[in-house]
Amino acid sequence: MSHAVIIDHAVKTYGDFKAVNGISLQINPGEFFTLLGPSGCGKTTLLRMIAGFNTVDGGEIRFDDKVINNVPAHKRDIGMVFQNYAIFPHLNVADNVAYGLKARHVPKEEIPPRVEEALKMVQIDQLKTRKPNELSGGQQQRVALARAFVIEPSVLLMDEPLSNLDAKLRVQMRTTIKKLQRRLGITTVYVTHDQEEALAISDRIAVMNQGNIMQIGTPEEIYRKPANPFVANFIGVSNFIDCTVSSSGNTASISLPGDYTVSIPVSRDYNGEAILSARPEQLFFDEKGIPGKISMSIFLGDFIQYEVELVTGQTIELNEYTKDVGNIRNDGENVFISMNPNQVSLYEKESKEVLSC
Amino acid sequence: MLKGKKGQPFYKDFWFWVKILIFVVFLLFLVYPFYTLVVNSFYSTKADGVTLYNFQRFFQKKYYYQALGNSLKISLIPTLLSVLIGVPMAYLQTRYNIAGKTFWHVLIILSLMCPPFLGAYSWIILFGNAGIVTKFLSNLFGFQMPSIYGQGGICAVFTLKLFPYVYLYVSGAMGSIDRSVEECAENLGSGKLRRLLTVTVPVVTPSIAAGALMVFMTALADYGTPGILAGGDFRTLPTLIYNEYLSETGGNANLASAISMIIVIIALVILFIQKAWVARKNYTMSALRPPQIIEYSGVKRFLVTLPVAIVSLVAFIPQMVVVLCSFIKTNYSNFVFEEGFTFEHYTELGRSLTSQIQNTFVYSTVAILFILILGILMSYVIVRRRGKTGGGLDMLMMAPYVIPGSVLGLCYIVAFNHLGTTADGTVIKLTGTAAIIIISMIIRKMPYTVRSGSAYLMQMDPSVEEASVNLGVSPMKTFIKVTARLMLPGVLSGAIISWVTCINELSTSIMLYTGKTMTITIAAYTNIVRNSVGTGAALASILTLTSGILLIIVFRASKGKVSFV
Repeated sequence: MSHAVIIDHAVKTYGDFKAVNGISLQINPGEFFTLLGPSGCGKTTLLRMIAGFNTVDGGEIRFDDKVINNVPAHKRDIGMVFQNYAIFPHLNVADNVAYGLKARHVPKEEIPPRVEEALKMVQIDQLKTRKPNELSGGQQQRVALARAFVIEPSVLLMDEPLSNLDAKLRVQMRTTIKKLQRRLGITTVYVTHDQEEALAISDRIAVMNQGNIMQIGTPEEIYRKPANPFVANFIGVSNFIDCTVSSSGNTASISLPGDYTVSIPVSRDYNGEAILSARPEQLFFDEKGIPGKISMSIFLGDFIQYEVELVTGQTIELNEYTKDVGNIRNDGENVFISMNPNQVSLYEKESKEVLSC
Repeated sequence: MLKGKKGQPFYKDFWFWVKILIFVVFLLFLVYPFYTLVVNSFYSTKADGVTLYNFQRFFQKKYYYQALGNSLKISLIPTLLSVLIGVPMAYLQTRYNIAGKTFWHVLIILSLMCPPFLGAYSWIILFGNAGIVTKFLSNLFGFQMPSIYGQGGICAVFTLKLFPYVYLYVSGAMGSIDRSVEECAENLGSGKLRRLLTVTVPVVTPSIAAGALMVFMTALADYGTPGILAGGDFRTLPTLIYNEYLSETGGNANLASAISMIIVIIALVILFIQKAWVARKNYTMSALRPPQIIEYSGVKRFLVTLPVAIVSLVAFIPQMVVVLCSFIKTNYSNFVFEEGFTFEHYTELGRSLTSQIQNTFVYSTVAILFILILGILMSYVIVRRRGKTGGGLDMLMMAPYVIPGSVLGLCYIVAFNHLGTTADGTVIKLTGTAAIIIISMIIRKMPYTVRSGSAYLMQMDPSVEEASVNLGVSPMKTFIKVTARLMLPGVLSGAIISWVTCINELSTSIMLYTGKTMTITIAAYTNIVRNSVGTGAALASILTLTSGILLIIVFRASKGKVSFV
């Protein structure tokens, strides 16, 4: 039975420093929810508050309707996968997985079949009698996973579980984790600083920075419609270009360097300084646009990455798909850069609030 | 539920009570007795009320203040010499393929672990006025050995006995210098010697200082060695404390308390100087690539092995001499060995000294059980639950370094000699009981266990414990099922060191023992002082053998990774 996790103005302070600064969010039953952010953004702190290893210094954390602020960690019925696996070094694989079942006083005869089933799910049932020091990193990670979900917890927490694995294994394990989570339907809170991993694995993502939530949304929403320059820059790559906006109704006229003007659909009226945010693949070379000069081109197989120095002196990044073009442009070539107005984002210069819709 | 600050629940959990327990133990058996001693030092039967009389007397009479100078000399000189021997030894052992490396290492550790007075005693057997070597040299060549008694002899014995501290600390540090640091110096154009003096030695300076501090503190506090090698009127502070305590009537020991204060103040000053000096030079380093070991063969290998072998063997001579002497017939009336092999000293032990042997093993075993339990709990509190009291605990752990054994003994005498009177007029006291000797062992020797245990715990990933709690096991059960279980290797190896030092303990128990609570070390010491050499040697051999076996067990079990200092 999976539960909703409701975080209501949660605060964690260390002295004067607010590691978690009044965060509110609601995680739906069975959802795969990721807390994403740079190191020190408070994501692990928040996860450990849910786990009960950090006290809640303000606000509430609820599982469905039940406030768990003061429930000791060992009574919260949570499964957790730790960054460095935290396998009990003195127990073999089967005993590691059985540990939580024994603590829950599951009848003795039920334990071996449940352990067996859990190990099968993560494909290490043949390693049952191995000691942890005889396992590879990936195998240890599978033990940690099996140990966390075998107790059928109401919530599953994962703290950067893939960060210690090599790149190839990481991709393989994240698919395993996602499939397993779908199959079991356990509400899962996942912490990572790897945006690609977050996009690949999550139903929804909360992007965090300095103890605050910058945006909550599906991977697609967060990538396509970043709510502020921080998210635009943290998820994928974005070029930020200063511009002036004058809007009337739902359309804004944007003046860009080199007297280039584009019209962008906006959600409200605004006149003044703004920041245009465009991803490298949202920009293209055109007959007219922002004038610039190619300073470097890198051929990366399926696409070509250009560095273009604009007339303002700013350098931006632009990607062209190899299949769409005939040849690679030369360094020093003069170009004009244009964009698709429906794809780029626009933010107020001062408040960094989003204008584009 | 109790509410702490910010409206958070304030759990009075298991660890809260553990901290209370630890503080109560130290308050009762360290802080309170020491406080009593401090107070006692400001009173005198010769003056009314609070007085500085004892201190004035100390600094006015040559008899007393001379002992202060002696103590400083026999502490500072061996400290310096130990650095001069210990650092090169560490360098050779960590950087060259010395033949029999582990063997020499174990010999050095063994020689450190036995009571210092045994070293003194062996050197008397060899080089004393009627010593084997002395006689041999004078009979054969008419060569007159310089006297081993007095300052020179004491310094020599301390140096040979205590340089292992410097050796152990420094070889630990030299083994953890990343190879690239020295390679870098070489790359920048430093020659071998220059590199050694400008990079290697400065980097291990904190370890040299740590080892030197241990040498100084041990030499300053030792009672047995100057007790045996004093020769006439050479007094040090610890021997003075003991003599004054014996001569002062009524057990008020005011002057002895004042002398104790002076020795503790010296220890504190040295400790602070060392800490302040090291604080400016703290380099943390974890060797990713340990330093390269230079592989020599043939003559070159022999030449680097030779100094290591000589120093290790000379340091180990006392142990060998003692064991040999325990099998040689002696003439009881004077300090002479007769020819011939005998077991009579051991049969003598069986006849008249069984209770001492039994006492040693019973006391040290009881002490070690308490040390194990308290040590595990205390290591955990220090590493994982420091809170606001962590600093206080660290300080309590330093106490045995600054409070010499004989001073702690005096503290206990002053504090626990008269706890009250029963209805029928008997005085209730702790002194004279086995309990007080066991308690003194626990307080003084627990730091070995706590330091080993906490160092081990420090390297353990805390999320293993969290995983257990997360899976539904309460923190207290988690501690028993997971943490304590995993800490055991670290705690046990420390506990065995504690055990060895309990067995070899002399300076506190000599203040606290009675006829009934005499231990092997006290019996050996008194036998040696009374020139009953053979019996003393047999007793000492038992100590050496037991210590040796225990140390080899711990060395094997920990694969040489245990820290002995």
